[in-house]
Amino acid sequence: MTTPTHSLNAQAGRPPRWLRHSLILARRSLAKTSRNPGAIVNGVVTPALFLVLFLYLFGRAVAGSTDDYVQYLFPGIIVMGASLAGLVSTGTNINIDLKNGVTDRFRSLPISRLAPLLGSVLADIARYLIGVAILFLLGTILGFRSHAGIATTLAAIGLAVLFGFCISWITVLIGVMVKNAEAVLAFSFLTFLPLQLGTSLATPTTSLPGWLQSWVHINPVTAVMDACRALLNGTPPGDRITTTLIWCAAIFLVFCPMAVWIYGRRE
Amino acid sequence: MTDHGLEAHGLTKRFRGITALNGVDLAIPRGQILGLLGPNGAGKTTLIRVLATLLRPDSGTAHVAGYDVTRQPGQVRRRIALSGQHTSVDEELDGRANLVMIGQLLDLTRRDATRRADELLSRFGLTEAGSRRVATYSGGMRRRLDLAASLVGHPQVVFLDEPSVGLDPGKREELWQMIRDLSSDGVTILLTTQYLEEADTLADAVMVIDHGRVIASGTPAQLKQQVGGHTVNVRVNDPADADRAAAILTAVTDRTPARATRHQLAVPVSDDDDFFQIAAELRRQAVNVSELSLRLPSLDEAFHALTDAAADTPTPQRP
Repeated sequence: MTTPTHSLNAQAGRPPRWLRHSLILARRSLAKTSRNPGAIVNGVVTPALFLVLFLYLFGRAVAGSTDDYVQYLFPGIIVMGASLAGLVSTGTNINIDLKNGVTDRFRSLPISRLAPLLGSVLADIARYLIGVAILFLLGTILGFRSHAGIATTLAAIGLAVLFGFCISWITVLIGVMVKNAEAVLAFSFLTFLPLQLGTSLATPTTSLPGWLQSWVHINPVTAVMDACRALLNGTPPGDRITTTLIWCAAIFLVFCPMAVWIYGRRE
Repeated sequence: MTDHGLEAHGLTKRFRGITALNGVDLAIPRGQILGLLGPNGAGKTTLIRVLATLLRPDSGTAHVAGYDVTRQPGQVRRRIALSGQHTSVDEELDGRANLVMIGQLLDLTRRDATRRADELLSRFGLTEAGSRRVATYSGGMRRRLDLAASLVGHPQVVFLDEPSVGLDPGKREELWQMIRDLSSDGVTILLTTQYLEEADTLADAVMVIDHGRVIASGTPAQLKQQVGGHTVNVRVNDPADADRAAAILTAVTDRTPARATRHQLAVPVSDDDDFFQIAAELRRQAVNVSELSLRLPSLDEAFHALTDAAADTPTPQRP
């Protein structure tokens, strides 16, 4: 065969190869979702359940009325949804690919080792955005009103998505390290309670006992929830946005390179 | 660039104290098919994974299509394709989407990728099935799609890891023809198999590995010869003659013949003249035979002889 290699067609005006390949692989993951929408349901149902449950269980007790409480609770639920999207499906999907041999094909192709991982995470984000739309609809029905303009509302969502993107790399790392997808799920369930609920999600931190307060203050999810709450409710965010961004950068810079490295060398 | 599609010298690879490859050398001229034989765990898959840049060797060098697998893995990946037991297509997607995706990952535009996918679907008789999910495919269709997926980028070297496992004989023939066609297009093929028949019919050269070492290599015919000589088969008409025939065989060859049935005897011969002596003696003593033949060992017998011999020699490298 004289055709020497794969045609290197005009690169001008197209995104860099690693990003293009990631998007192609993200589309693969999304095509699967459209046949099996369970992944979206998962990412929506859990936060929606917590929203309804907390609202009617604690609404009166914490805020005096459910109308006031939904303003406090809802932004945190959005963050929970974003983090869950990353925590549950990405690591599991990557682990399944590794086992069934699709990964060997990807790794023998001349594409960046980042692309299959990034593709999977990007697909999760697309799924999450659909989830957010559904959650916003539900929140509105339950009485939530954004006090911010469109731009600020989008910024709040953007912050939650960014955090979900970065935290995904933790499960991606676990997904490329462990033998079984179950281990990834076990990690997600173990971390769900302390990470998502050990936050300012349900009540302001001042009402918590001291030992719990110190955890809640360290927990990066608190910062993201606080930042989103401030943005959506039009209150001053203080240092919460900066703290969120620093956490995002730190988590991403530690876990993404490690995951890609291990993925490339996995035997 | 060398004349070799594949070339390796002294490849070693250890996993947690187990030596999977222990100094493997190989060379396949461009456009030829090398059949890699060996029992389970012999190192066949490890060798393929090293050559396909999925594993780094601990030592040794390997060139694929002229490029070094450890120093130029990107160049190697542009020219190879991997197919077989450990690779797979995506079950959840349809056949066409699988091929289009790979085309796009190889930097074809969507239109070119679609055209290439349709071309391959029709070449592999999957045009009808192209829009169905792979999960609904039969084993044979899946193998064909898998092979098609590996050809999207016009590879120069193709690795086929046990390509016909689980295929019924008819489908196997069909796959073999596709592999031969590839080879006549100039593609270098390394194929692992446990079916000796497969190596015998497809391969230009055969390499037998065991415990990570090459224990024999050559053309299928050379390999059969290497294991030793020919066998004389005698089939007597009357089972009562079997003992007389056995006595003749023993007298000529100094060996006790094996008796497969009451009619059949077989004995290895080291000298070609033995056959004629046996024939003459059978005639002189008027032993009626319905069959008298001289044949090379089957590749099966060669394989077992080789791996048994290797198992008898100690392998100090394995802890």
